[in-house]
Amino acid sequence: MPDVLSASMVVEFPFTRSLGPVQSAFLTGLRERTVLGVRTTAGTVLVPPVEYDPRTAEEIRDLVEVAATGTVTTWAWNPAPRRGQPLATPFAWVLVRLDGADTALLHALDAPGPEAVRTGLRVRVRWAADRTGAITDIACFEPDEGSTPGHRARPHSGEFAGEAVTGIVAPARLDYTYTPGRAQSAYLAALAEHRVVGERCPRCRKVYVPPRGACPTCGVATAERVEVGPRGTVTTFCVVNIKAKNAMNDAIEVPYVYAHIALDGADLPLHGRIGGIPYDRVRMGLRVEPVWPGPGAGRHPDHYRPTGEPDADYDTYKELL
Amino acid sequence: MTGDRAPEPGDVAVVACAQTAHRRRTDDLSEVEMLMPVLHEVLESTGLTTADIGFTCSGSSDYLAGRPFSFTMALDGVGAWPPIAESHVEMDGAWALYEAWVKILAGEADTALVYAYGTSSSGSVRDVLTRQLDPYYVAPLWPDAVALAALQAQALLDAGHADEPALAAVAARSRQAALGNPHAQLRGARPQGEYLVRPLRTGDCPPIGDGAVAVVLAAGDRARDLCERPAWIRGMDHRAEAHSLGVRDLTDSPSTRLAAEHAGAFERPVDTAELHAPFTSQEVVLRRALRLDDSVDVNPSGGALAANPVMATGLVRVADAAARVHRGDSRRALAHATSGPCLQQNLVAVLEGDARA
Repeated sequence: MPDVLSASMVVEFPFTRSLGPVQSAFLTGLRERTVLGVRTTAGTVLVPPVEYDPRTAEEIRDLVEVAATGTVTTWAWNPAPRRGQPLATPFAWVLVRLDGADTALLHALDAPGPEAVRTGLRVRVRWAADRTGAITDIACFEPDEGSTPGHRARPHSGEFAGEAVTGIVAPARLDYTYTPGRAQSAYLAALAEHRVVGERCPRCRKVYVPPRGACPTCGVATAERVEVGPRGTVTTFCVVNIKAKNAMNDAIEVPYVYAHIALDGADLPLHGRIGGIPYDRVRMGLRVEPVWPGPGAGRHPDHYRPTGEPDADYDTYKELL
Repeated sequence: MTGDRAPEPGDVAVVACAQTAHRRRTDDLSEVEMLMPVLHEVLESTGLTTADIGFTCSGSSDYLAGRPFSFTMALDGVGAWPPIAESHVEMDGAWALYEAWVKILAGEADTALVYAYGTSSSGSVRDVLTRQLDPYYVAPLWPDAVALAALQAQALLDAGHADEPALAAVAARSRQAALGNPHAQLRGARPQGEYLVRPLRTGDCPPIGDGAVAVVLAAGDRARDLCERPAWIRGMDHRAEAHSLGVRDLTDSPSTRLAAEHAGAFERPVDTAELHAPFTSQEVVLRRALRLDDSVDVNPSGGALAANPVMATGLVRVADAAARVHRGDSRRALAHATSGPCLQQNLVAVLEGDARA
């Protein structure tokens, strides 16, 4: 068995989210260094505020202003901050009940060490220098031993000078180590030697390329390796007229043909681009072979080109359509 | 096969279970390669084939390993041809079990295959789980799973419901119990270690690892045919709390208690409880919410502190509880599963063996 392959993989995406009216007022308020809550019909002041009462599901719109000072209701000391967290130096996670609020907000507390933090500690908001209308407009909390609770929530219109914040863009990034497992590792190892190796189902005898370790029809492991191709037959195809946006495909001119190709000996077609022939002359039954990539361009065929053989008879591939 | 009448509530049973040996990494296997032996084992132990199964349901999350539509790849291991009746939940497999149970109670199937798998080793599970949080006010701060559990643990310490030695005792008892569980990842004593996020130490936290689990459900006489001592699901319910941590009392789990009430857990005492508590402090919360005293054998498997294949851990609790009923080690067992931060959503199932003469 060849060595199991692994590769690092980053999944990164910006989530663009629109806001409801209460969320919009809250985040606009943070930009303007004001903390808003919302009052439920039972009189509870929720901070951070939500659009619907978590108890009754009623729509709630009764905005109030609370203080930028508050009390820690629970905490946890984080000795090793992780990417994306509010502070890069050790800090405390805290739930803070702001003065005038009945519920607590999650954020970070900048404190010299765990001995300086306790439940009941008085804290105040430290505002970020650059504020855009996001929860991170609160840079963190800081200890505020001198302050006293007693501030009461005051009605607020939710209106501020400047444009209201109506959406947020929240970037997300997760890092993975991708390991394809036994069957695909063997397939990829063979590709590096310009060989195409599938696996045969012990029950239905079909040869799968690329193999994924299981026969999807029989639900059993495929283990017997079978070299297929490299030549094959176009079973069906489409003409792509829109240029792909990603850089990897930048050099490919449109229109081009993308095809299902049944490699000789395989019982399932794979797909690839057809080159070396005008797009409007590609046809079902066309015999093709892989054009392997240059050094450093990966393991998979760059595209497939005609072999010059006569077209395959329809009956030889009709079961693979 | 579709039954022509719905079974009575309480007349559906777990008739077979199988799970992997849960491991820190499974680099040598794709997810379907990890799952398939478990599917084969659970079907072979009943003599059923995929074609005999009325409904198939699975639980997993693509975010764990960063593989889009990984559950469709996993389905290759079932052998879904001719086409099967199938569903998937992007949740722990215990919720897939719930869906399958409802399907059988509705009379639309008389058997079901339920499975779940998780590959936590591919990514950083502490960070991956931040993506399930409120995207407006919480997720942008990237509070990881250990940090949120630590906030809950501190609230518990402040309330006087536990202290650090009590948490350490939960960890020690769990890993000691896991010595008897060949599937567990952490078996035997481990040092409590340093604070990961204070007040939680390494020993208070679950291991990171990969694994899979599968169970077969059957109704009525079919269950009796397939299994010598079926684990009858007498009741099952799940309840969720508000997503915002700051509106909840983190020292209590009212959703667990309510689910347990609706599942009938309080009607008679249970002898065994398999609790899905990835953190020591959460076992303390759950024991209180479920009013479990020292007469109950809690997590004889070692629980999530001994093996935590995320998305499978909850279904593993059901499988471990059912297996004890199958072996005759339990007459009446409670199985619990959780989802979301700080025990936000909870499922409780009550399993019973037939009374013996």
